[in-house]
Amino acid sequence: MLYPTYTRRSDPFALMRSMLRDFDRVSPSRLAQPVFPAVNVWQGDEAVAITAELPGVDPADIDISVKENVLTLSGERKAPEMPEGARWHRNERGFGKFVRSVRLPFVAADDKVEARMTNGVLRIVIGRPEEDKPRKIAIKAA
Amino acid sequence: MTNDVTHTADKTPAETPETTTGRRIYGPLTDIVETADGVTLMLEMPGVAAEDVDITLENRALTIRGKVHAAQPEKLQLAYAEYGEGDFERAFTMSDDFDPDKIGAQVSNGVLTLTLPRAAEAKPKKITVTAS
Repeated sequence: MLYPTYTRRSDPFALMRSMLRDFDRVSPSRLAQPVFPAVNVWQGDEAVAITAELPGVDPADIDISVKENVLTLSGERKAPEMPEGARWHRNERGFGKFVRSVRLPFVAADDKVEARMTNGVLRIVIGRPEEDKPRKIAIKAA
Repeated sequence: MTNDVTHTADKTPAETPETTTGRRIYGPLTDIVETADGVTLMLEMPGVAAEDVDITLENRALTIRGKVHAAQPEKLQLAYAEYGEGDFERAFTMSDDFDPDKIGAQVSNGVLTLTLPRAAEAKPKKITVTAS
């Protein structure tokens, strides 16, 4: 990286600041791309649910698969089609393919997974298999 | 087992006064595109139904509000959270050549698309120069 020494002689800290900025840019936390989508995990005795916000994703473009105890969510966020000559003022949303895997606390049976999408929020409910459900243990009187 | 924390994109809190209930208000991520007819805004508002969107254009201030329906699955407790739930609100200052009656709004898959056509008289008129 090039650090010119002759610019801004009046500001002795300019060089220091520009070095810090560069350091900031390459530090691992900045390099890591944020993971998409963010998920919330819900737990209960009967089931586990995963919710994710997927605005702008067509339910047909989402692929959900379960293998043993790993649930994988993949799909694509498609960029909107704009007429020719359109000028972008702002682009805050992200587009592209995504994959996300979540480990479940049990091996899921295929017939116990249910997914629903409402207003861009995906909800996957995974039923807990019978043998994994917590058992009540009765206390016998002595 | 690692101690790495998964880094997901943060939702940006809106720059509004705080709510009485303590619920958060988020600013929806927005794309703004200028087309030949006007301006198109696309706002990400996951969890907001079409009837819960409120759009006003007054004195050049375009305000968009959206009420979120909580997505809590019944009988389950939140065990791990990467995103927060809350209503959406964001305001933009527009140029004054938009007609509030002509704003088109449509919600699909949690994205609100607003089309604001520019008033006809304000459209730039091309002046042709003729050679003498």
